Amino acid sequence: MRQRSTFVFTMMAFGYAFLYLPIFSVVLYSFNASRLVTVWGGFSTRWYGALFHNETILQATGRSLLVAAMAATLAVAIGTLAAVAFTRFQRLRARPLLSLMTSAPLVMPEVMLGLSALLLFVGLQQWIGWPAGRGLMTITIAHTTFCCAYVTVIVQSRLAQMDESLEEAALDLGARPWKVFFLVTLPVIFPALAAGWLLAFTLSLDDLVVASFVSGPSSTTLPMLIYSKVKFGVTPEINALATLIVLVVTSLIVAATLVMGRRNANPLR
Amino acid sequence: MAQPGRRQAPIEPWQQPGAQPFLRICNVTKTFGQTYAVDDVSAEVYQGEFFSLLGGSGCGKSTLLRILAGLETPDRGRIVLGGEDITDLPPYERPVNMMFQSYALFPHLNVAQNVAFGLHQERMARGEIADRVAAMLDLVQLKDYGRRKPDQLSGGQRQRVALARALAKQPKLLLLDEPLGALDRKLREQTQFELVGIQERIGITFITVTHDQEEAMTMSSRVAVMDAGRIVQVATPAQLYEFPANRFVAGFIGAVNLFDGRVSQQQGEDLVFHCEALGGDFLMYHGDPLPIGTPVTVAVRPEKVSVHDTRPTDRRNAVHGKVVEIAYLGDVSIYHVATDHGQVVRIQITHEARYSRPHYSWDDELWLSWDPDDGVVLTA
Repeated sequence: MRQRSTFVFTMMAFGYAFLYLPIFSVVLYSFNASRLVTVWGGFSTRWYGALFHNETILQATGRSLLVAAMAATLAVAIGTLAAVAFTRFQRLRARPLLSLMTSAPLVMPEVMLGLSALLLFVGLQQWIGWPAGRGLMTITIAHTTFCCAYVTVIVQSRLAQMDESLEEAALDLGARPWKVFFLVTLPVIFPALAAGWLLAFTLSLDDLVVASFVSGPSSTTLPMLIYSKVKFGVTPEINALATLIVLVVTSLIVAATLVMGRRNANPLR
Repeated sequence: MAQPGRRQAPIEPWQQPGAQPFLRICNVTKTFGQTYAVDDVSAEVYQGEFFSLLGGSGCGKSTLLRILAGLETPDRGRIVLGGEDITDLPPYERPVNMMFQSYALFPHLNVAQNVAFGLHQERMARGEIADRVAAMLDLVQLKDYGRRKPDQLSGGQRQRVALARALAKQPKLLLLDEPLGALDRKLREQTQFELVGIQERIGITFITVTHDQEEAMTMSSRVAVMDAGRIVQVATPAQLYEFPANRFVAGFIGAVNLFDGRVSQQQGEDLVFHCEALGGDFLMYHGDPLPIGTPVTVAVRPEKVSVHDTRPTDRRNAVHGKVVEIAYLGDVSIYHVATDHGQVVRIQITHEARYSRPHYSWDDELWLSWDPDDGVVLTA
């Protein structure tokens, strides 16, 4: 028994080391005084200073955050509507097929998504003149399409778990269908909407492939910028940026966990 | 509960000629695919009644209740409430409220907000809502629980919040779907009486769905027994028990011995019926004369069967047997007695004193008897 728990513990330690050592090394080297990424030259925060004076990086970050926020919001709006249709409209004959088709982007290779989006935008531009060129708008649209799939799946499973008599009770108490949705359904499934939004935001924020296809001049997103910089060697500024992103993401996750934890602190008694 | 002194004699409007029913269910049919969930059901419920729909699972009782609430649309038939045809009204326009089996309390709202939900939909003034909510919580004895969330309540408390919420709009008709189904046995018994007390105080007509015959018997003014989408019998609890309309009702309500046989002779209001399994002829009371040879079933309740050590000389219907099963339940004992010709008869003996009981043991021989009017002759 003792033997086995040591083994299990070692495996766990390796597993977590595998996950976190690369991130840890990025964080560590972001405080490197040396210009060379692989040589430790003492502790310094100079790259954070340099980062905040690098307009290119700041602009790319701003663009990525903007695209991610817009795509996530649109995806939540569209995905939730789709999920409601798939779980509540019993009379929709083609429900299973439509539902399956919505989740296709989950398994579709990103390269194909990007390519098909690009072909669509080019075709549309030639046909109706919109969208005029490619830029943040096309990236947002492309991101929204694949983020929708994730949001639909998450919200759909929450709706399926939801006790339908809650909605019936609201109807019975005199609320019209659209009021039932806003007063009862939406608040009850809100955690799923929040989770879907966060997931969509993250997916959009770190997407490189699709964005590369549908971006245009002066619409370089952060992942694209980092990738292009890596080709000429990583500067320590990127390490500093990565550290900040890790910090923000970690605090978001911790905050979300705390909020969810408080909600679950009162289990059914 | 209502105070004994103030309790009025039971009103039985369905007995009074010319009394107008408050709710009319007219030939309602509802199918799901090929199955008839509700099959041509008609019933009349009077103002202030506590009316129960009783039946096993899948008998259509819940579907009928949902049709009354407007959550299902009947394929055929009309629902008339207080003279108004409400068949085509959506649930949010019906003067009817429902208490759901799962209680369906809104988890994101506290108790007071749950109770106020329906009142807000009516656009009632804020002060008035506060007063009504307070009165409702008072009615269900949850005065100090207004700020609690549903997940901070016990099962019994949630049940009462659900009741308060359904009553808050002062509906003409309150529908209760298995109102006590989720409570444990002790709490259920107590709540049965509370529910009847509340209903008597506020005077709203209640229609409840239940599969628990004891619950239906305790609370109801009348019970409609349902089977396979149809109403089999509508009667008061006592009538259902003593005068079941057919084998199904006799077997569904309480325990019963069913003896199959044929009419062999007609003697005025009595008939003689011959039963192979009991090995003889038995005299039964039956108002309507039946032709000789009619197959009938005689239903005799276990507590109506008398037990004797020796053959009773003063009883018409006596049969010999021996004890095969005994169940001691505290207040009563249940014996299964196998008669000489194979029929097993269930009897019940009440323990009236702690000592000196004529105890029977396994394989003890004894005689059973019953009076001609202790059983019911059923033709269906």
